[in-house]
Amino acid sequence: MSIITWITGGRVIDPANNRDAIGDIYAVDGKIVPSLSDKEKKQAQKIKAEGLIVCPGFVDIHTHLCEPGDTHRETIQTGTWAAAAGGFTTVVCMPNANQPSDNAGTIQQINDAVERDALVNVFPTGALTIGMKGNELAPAGSLQRSGIVAITDSYRSVQKNEIMRRAVEYASMFNLVVMDHCQDQTLTEGSVMNEGIWSLRLGLRGWPSAAEDIIVSRNVILSTYTRAHIHLQQISTSNAVEIIRRAKQRNVNISAEVTPHHLHLSDECVKNYDTNFKTNPPLRTPEDQAALIEGLLDGTLDCISTDHMPHTDYEKNVEYDLAPFGVIGLETSLAVCLKVLVHSKKCALSQLIKLLTYNPSNLLKLGKGTLSSSADADITLFDPDEEWVVDPDKFQSRSRNSPWIGKLLRGKVKQTFIAGQKVWDGDSVILPENLNG
Amino acid sequence: MEKAANWTRKDLLSIEALSREELETIFSVANSFKRTLQRSQKKLSSLRGKTIVNLFLEPSTRTRVAFEIAAKRLSADVISITSNVSSLTKGETLRDTARNIEALNADLLVIRHSAAGSPQYLSQIINIPVINAGDGAHEHPTQALLDTFTLREQLGDLKGKKVTILGDILFSRVARSNIWALQKLGVHVTLAGPSTLVPKLFCELQVEVTHSLKEALADADAVMLLRIQHERQTSTHFPSIGEYKSMFGLNLQRASWLKPDAIIMHPGPINRGVEIDSQLADSDRSVILQQVTNGIVCRMAVLFLCASASSHTQPKKLT
Repeated sequence: MSIITWITGGRVIDPANNRDAIGDIYAVDGKIVPSLSDKEKKQAQKIKAEGLIVCPGFVDIHTHLCEPGDTHRETIQTGTWAAAAGGFTTVVCMPNANQPSDNAGTIQQINDAVERDALVNVFPTGALTIGMKGNELAPAGSLQRSGIVAITDSYRSVQKNEIMRRAVEYASMFNLVVMDHCQDQTLTEGSVMNEGIWSLRLGLRGWPSAAEDIIVSRNVILSTYTRAHIHLQQISTSNAVEIIRRAKQRNVNISAEVTPHHLHLSDECVKNYDTNFKTNPPLRTPEDQAALIEGLLDGTLDCISTDHMPHTDYEKNVEYDLAPFGVIGLETSLAVCLKVLVHSKKCALSQLIKLLTYNPSNLLKLGKGTLSSSADADITLFDPDEEWVVDPDKFQSRSRNSPWIGKLLRGKVKQTFIAGQKVWDGDSVILPENLNG
Repeated sequence: MEKAANWTRKDLLSIEALSREELETIFSVANSFKRTLQRSQKKLSSLRGKTIVNLFLEPSTRTRVAFEIAAKRLSADVISITSNVSSLTKGETLRDTARNIEALNADLLVIRHSAAGSPQYLSQIINIPVINAGDGAHEHPTQALLDTFTLREQLGDLKGKKVTILGDILFSRVARSNIWALQKLGVHVTLAGPSTLVPKLFCELQVEVTHSLKEALADADAVMLLRIQHERQTSTHFPSIGEYKSMFGLNLQRASWLKPDAIIMHPGPINRGVEIDSQLADSDRSVILQQVTNGIVCRMAVLFLCASASSHTQPKKLT
């Protein structure tokens, strides 16, 4: 017998189809269907969604699941539970320096773990260079056969221009997107926070915005030269936004993303040396934040990505200089984005949903992020106004390194569906029968 | 000695957080301690029975010895731990080291660490007072206290006076603490040195920034020299020690640009022949050794005030 889901009475927002109205969504056997017969309606599991937003499940093209290599921080299981709790139905996971995805065997290991443990859709990326060391190309073709959707050296931005040039040239043969972190390491040795008045006051080594702007420019130039698609990860500076804006005006084949933490937080947050504000790139100035928002609204930046980067308490709870970079973001992304963009009246809810669904999916041709007929029934229901206090004990993630701990946020994911099956009920995950708990 | 009525801090983490009144309280207590130093029996009983641990995770001679002497003058028991003999070399975190020191019934922790913010971090973890003896390039509060204490001895009321800090400002915790202390006392502060070590961004702290040595020295009542800190710089901030000396080293000829009664200060350790000519360091203008001596009474005042404030407050919950 078919599994039939009928979500009724919610405000359905599906940007890909310009849909924003109260209505119903139907799914049969994991796929969206335009309508149900009376007989099917009787069999259907009926989900009442009055007062809720019903939209495509969110898509994060920049997640660190830490498996294999750093499973003390996160696993494919806990990371995808966190994703479901945050309304994400698809995540693209980054390679891990401790066991780089530079060979088909590692990708297969990830695929096996995804098959066994993943609660939401997971697409792996491959390393761009062997060992993520930036010196020799990883076998992008073989990696793609194993199932990767992009190549990247993750937080190790490619430093050698020759390697980057050849990587994008080579990957373009497979229509594989190259993602780059965009930081010039020669300018950031020992740096731990944005270079500016706060680094000066706090006596912390400054991380100049120029480090990002230079590599963003380099990538624009290489994309122009090779015509290959380069995706610029986690843009954080106003200059980078302007460089990308001008490049797009010239139709250069680049795309770019921004994180919720760079949109919401600035370098002043570091003033108490709380390592949950230590990120790479660092939190920048209020002027940069304003430029990032403007860039999102005018299409210069294509999507929002979490850069969900788990670290254990014992790794983060140390001196600021010694703490690793990164914060988790899957479970707070929606509420933070609502705060910065929608509750602040900077953009319509449908535009935010597009930045979280259709746009990121489209960049990597994942075929997700829409409620079109016959699409996978990956659906998120959320209340844009429900207030909640971020309680680290309630995170589904294995780690708790969130800059929003104790903060009051507005906007809560109430239900998440993968292929028509509910996997999150607003408080806890619901495991399908084929997954281990 | 009576507990100072307007002192409530158990920790001394920075000068930036202090009020002018709190600075005055420290000076006044330090002054009364200084009078006792002239007696043949130098020891006071104020902190008898207290145990002070000096956790020095960066090299230090002056500051560590001054803290030890200050603690002993107040009759405290004092133990000094340096990085190469601590469990941090066995992989223990600073957090655990500090909690163990507290569990060993220490009454006060003095910490020097290369990471900015470490004292503040520890003050949130342990209940006993934490005194910052220098944290990275952030602050060195007791150095600024002894510097301004010495300046007041030499120049009287500091309101309207001009002080130039010369050298590696970017990496200097001494400069940062002194900027805050001097400003709170009404001093007009000028920072001078090469543009890579004294970026114009410092102007946002309401100080003057100049790269002209002559301009920096011309109307200063005092000049504080700073050592070039090789250990904190990437190698790219200036061409060479020789170049630095030729552009910014204070020699006899350049000292003539100073007002006749202007004084020369240095937190030590001095590099003779680099930032200061040997003869100048030993000249009448130099108050470098008075600074060192005043370091004892200023640290006595800090230990006394923070320990007293601590014994008058309820312990908070262990976290």
